[in-house]
Amino acid sequence: MSEQKVSKPKVKAPRVNPETSTFWEATAEGKLLVKKCNACGEKHFYPRSLCPFCFSDDTEYMECSGRGVIYSYSVTRRTSEPWAIAYVTLEEGPTMMTNLIDCDFDQLSIGQPVEVAFVDTGEGSAIPFFRPL
Amino acid sequence: MTIRGKAYIAGVYEHPLREATGKTVPQLHAEVAKGALEDAGLSKNDVDAYYCAGDVPGMGGINQAEYMGLNLRQIDSTETGGSSYVVHVNHAAQAIAAGHCKVALITLAGRPRADAKEKYRVRPGGGAPADYGFEGPFRPTVTNMYGMAAMRHMYEFGTTSEQLAWVKVAASHHAQYNEHAMLRDVVSVEDVLNSPVIADPLHRLDCCVVSDGGGAIIVVAPEVAADLKRPCVKVLGAGEAPKHLNGGKVDLTYSGARWSGPAAFEEAGVTPADIKYASIYDSFTITVVETIEDLGFCEKGQGGPFVADGNLISGVGKLPFNTDGGGLCNNHPSDRGGITKVIEAVRQLRGEAHPKVQVPNCDVALAHGTGGLLGSRMGSATLIMEAPGA
Repeated sequence: MSEQKVSKPKVKAPRVNPETSTFWEATAEGKLLVKKCNACGEKHFYPRSLCPFCFSDDTEYMECSGRGVIYSYSVTRRTSEPWAIAYVTLEEGPTMMTNLIDCDFDQLSIGQPVEVAFVDTGEGSAIPFFRPL
Repeated sequence: MTIRGKAYIAGVYEHPLREATGKTVPQLHAEVAKGALEDAGLSKNDVDAYYCAGDVPGMGGINQAEYMGLNLRQIDSTETGGSSYVVHVNHAAQAIAAGHCKVALITLAGRPRADAKEKYRVRPGGGAPADYGFEGPFRPTVTNMYGMAAMRHMYEFGTTSEQLAWVKVAASHHAQYNEHAMLRDVVSVEDVLNSPVIADPLHRLDCCVVSDGGGAIIVVAPEVAADLKRPCVKVLGAGEAPKHLNGGKVDLTYSGARWSGPAAFEEAGVTPADIKYASIYDSFTITVVETIEDLGFCEKGQGGPFVADGNLISGVGKLPFNTDGGGLCNNHPSDRGGITKVIEAVRQLRGEAHPKVQVPNCDVALAHGTGGLLGSRMGSATLIMEAPGA
């Protein structure tokens, strides 16, 4: 059981498109971005050209601290290599899907502080996983 | 305009198979269509509207209409996952009320179990949606996505695994009387808790079955209903709503039923207290707990205590639910349960449920569908119906 408790991130390159290439290029430099709307001030995730709250097209990327707290998680256990899917609420506000890595799955809890841990895909991008602080 | 009293459910049919090896998906759709038409006392050539979702192979419903030889005035392939078929009853009722059709056929069919054994697979295609790159790398599965909703519900409201298990226990009490149910053994709370955890906090027995087969529904205009021998169920009201991640303002403690439910109750002119029987989509036990709260059967956060101690068991509790055994025990054809939810509600309103689970004086019933994922985005649809002659 002990080797099942420590996750090894599986890295699969994301599909990149013209709306999201800036986000994924930043991941390769270790930066986590969210979108901010200059019209209504709301931040959103995943990044879109139009603000999902006010439909303004005056949106821009902003860099995040990379810190947040676990909103919810679920460890998939009926498999040879369990993994922990989670939502993390960033310090900047938006909540994003991720996996929790470098941790004992049985010690995770909602509200726990975490920080981003990028894992390189080898294709010009990195996946934003999170690990407990 | 309202659909209230403007349309009737005249026929329903649930495919008896739970593993459909040797049959094709178009064939299964045609078989359930035939069954529902026979139940209604109508023929194929009476059908002038066809409703289906993404489980039909081809371009919307066109290929399947051709297979079945339908000549149509209306076709609608609205796709909202497992809730599609509840949406379809609403859309059919609207079309009938507007005079666009008189006899609407709704079908669902599939064979995920047979697909695993026979290499014959037709699934809906389509390109990658915008969210995909931000979720796919993290390996969301159906179970871990419902698991995250359950984890958050437990965190905010103190809901327990024991309370979730009661949903399965109630379903199993009903399924023992259904000869077609996949799982007919009555289970205990301990049985659920002792089954292996698939994805925290959901055990194997918190999950619905995987089954083949399907079902169909016939919705007709009042003048058609008046000429039929079988008792027809009146459509009183319906509501639909999608729910999603809202730009990152995520709240997994409620479903789209928070909006579809009140809309259906308002149109029907009834309240949750008037509902004698409820078909509640039960992909997982947590789906039932959140939906019951959102529909107003109890306060938000009180779904766990509400479902405990047999409160969902017919003849025992306050809210008899899923008396066919539901998706948890009976049937979840093609990974979509919306149609069997309507079918069992119609059986209850006709007084044709199994005598052991028939709700006495069942005059008003509700069916609710949830399609997609409680942990991200879903379609929700609520339908309220009245018994024949009520």
